[in-house]
Amino acid sequence: MNSKLRNQLVATPYTIWMIGFIIIPLLFVVYYGLTNDANLFTLDNVISFFNPIHLKSFVQAFKLAFISTLICIILAYPIALIFRNSKTKKTSFVVYIFILPMWMNGLLRIYAWLTLIEKRGVINIILTALRLPNINIVNTETAIILGMVYDFLPFMILPLYNALIKINDDTLNGARDLGANELQVFTRVIFPLSIPGMVSGITMVFIPSLTTVAISYMLGGGLFLLIGNVIEQEFLTTSNWHLGSGLSLVLIIFIFIVMGITNKFTDKDEESNLI
Amino acid sequence: MENKLVDLVHITKYFDNELILDDLNLSIKENSFVTLLGPSGCGKTTTLRILGGFLTPDKGQVFFDGKDITNLPPEKRQLNTVFQKYALFPHMNVADNIAFGLKIKKKSKEYIDDKIKYALKLVNLEGYEKRDIDALSGGQQQRIAIARAIVNEPKLLLLDEPLGALDLKLRQEMQYELIRLKNELGITFIYVTHDQEEALTMSDTIIVMNQGYIQQMGTPEQIYNEPENAFVATFIGDSNIVDGKMIEDYVVEISGKKFKCIDAGFGSNKAVDIVIRPEDVEIVPPNSDKAILHGRMTHVIFKGEMYEMLCVTDDGKEWLVHSTILHEPGKEVGVYVEPFNIQIMNKPTSDDEAAIDPIEDEAED
Repeated sequence: MNSKLRNQLVATPYTIWMIGFIIIPLLFVVYYGLTNDANLFTLDNVISFFNPIHLKSFVQAFKLAFISTLICIILAYPIALIFRNSKTKKTSFVVYIFILPMWMNGLLRIYAWLTLIEKRGVINIILTALRLPNINIVNTETAIILGMVYDFLPFMILPLYNALIKINDDTLNGARDLGANELQVFTRVIFPLSIPGMVSGITMVFIPSLTTVAISYMLGGGLFLLIGNVIEQEFLTTSNWHLGSGLSLVLIIFIFIVMGITNKFTDKDEESNLI
Repeated sequence: MENKLVDLVHITKYFDNELILDDLNLSIKENSFVTLLGPSGCGKTTTLRILGGFLTPDKGQVFFDGKDITNLPPEKRQLNTVFQKYALFPHMNVADNIAFGLKIKKKSKEYIDDKIKYALKLVNLEGYEKRDIDALSGGQQQRIAIARAIVNEPKLLLLDEPLGALDLKLRQEMQYELIRLKNELGITFIYVTHDQEEALTMSDTIIVMNQGYIQQMGTPEQIYNEPENAFVATFIGDSNIVDGKMIEDYVVEISGKKFKCIDAGFGSNKAVDIVIRPEDVEIVPPNSDKAILHGRMTHVIFKGEMYEMLCVTDDGKEWLVHSTILHEPGKEVGVYVEPFNIQIMNKPTSDDEAAIDPIEDEAED
């Protein structure tokens, strides 16, 4: 009984935090989303998610998030595999180098990219000096994907690395011993055992990419309205909190569905293993 | 005439410039149960991994069934390994683990199902097909690992301290299981362990290794009763190793007193090492005719099946004594050893042999 009481005491600040900063704001979102200016119940805000303009923003956000996640997997898998196989003491140092950008503010990282890829940015200055054709990717989908991949790649590498490092060497030796060649060891043992890590990574890359406001705004030059930007505009520019909340509600439900699907594949302790 | 199944020729292996195996030569006969025994770092696991194909020797050749397999990858070798632990596939159930090798070889479903049934029966885990690996105890996991290996019908099964992670009771049980399996399957087992009791119980040949060298190869009886050097004597069971002098054939001097022995051919007045097992040190009344040395009992510990005692003889030498008869500390006693219980060894001559420390380190690799 005593320890139960103590646990409750220890948990109190977190409970207050959760109620004050997560539950209550969420209830506001639900309230605003399901009412109109006259404070009467309506589903209009929610349904307007499916009006073509909003749906287009959502589909575009989904497409870019999907491509970014795919690129993250393709980039992160070999890196994580190399980290796993290199058994030197320097490995953890190299892993930290990769996640070092995470210690910096996300907006700053995006600004850094802007100065690199601008029309008169660092990359083009160098290309001009080398008499090579300039690149012109700022304000394109490519730039947004680049930003997403750069911003969220560490969130793919880490869970993948964590899943791979848990595979015992003798498990792989065992597969070789039973007649599997290196490709078969990968397809039958390494890959299936890395799926929980990969799914964690997908959750952590796909969802923030889907809902990003800053990356599309800065690297897209305001030409691309992703679903995050639409919601932001409803709150800040149009001041239509009801519509903004309604759209958010649908997005939240969609994310819950995505997480519900991915959680089926995830190790319970995978996410807590991050760092 | 039994055939040689495995032949290791001049095998040398370095790890980070450290010599692990030094010009190792070893032949293993078909259908034998061979144990590589030694402390950690003696090279036994390295030897096994070279056989399994997980390590390539820096020098030397590995022959298997007459063919040179030195550079053959593990998946192409007609042998299988049972690893110490965690080598089962955690994402597959028992049946899929056992079927792994057979599926790779593209065997038919009926064949695979039959084999799974047969293997589970062999390791006494019938009906466990659908179980998750996580739901099995350590002993059951090790049985599945054995089943997974033997369905591939290897000519040789390598076992790398497979019982190391199990508790004592289970370990003893599994030792008998392994002997039974070996007899039922009729294949060659090469077993690695640092546990001398395990080696003595199961093997028909023991190879004692230390610091990359083979110290002695022989039957359990030979290894125990006729150790060739001080390392083997200390590593296998407890022993009293004392300095002595070979006076002439069949007479050896210990602590200034003459003992009869059964060894000859050492020359006369030659310094030798003598091994006497603690259970062979006989405590007799000090005034008896048998008493050759005289001394006093100093310590006693009750070990269950016997008393472990220390006796200090008049010249100050300590003798470890095992007996079912209790001799209280402080008691004046005489010491006698039967001639056939005195094992005489040459003093180490070469630098290699002298470098051998008789450390009894049983830490795991």
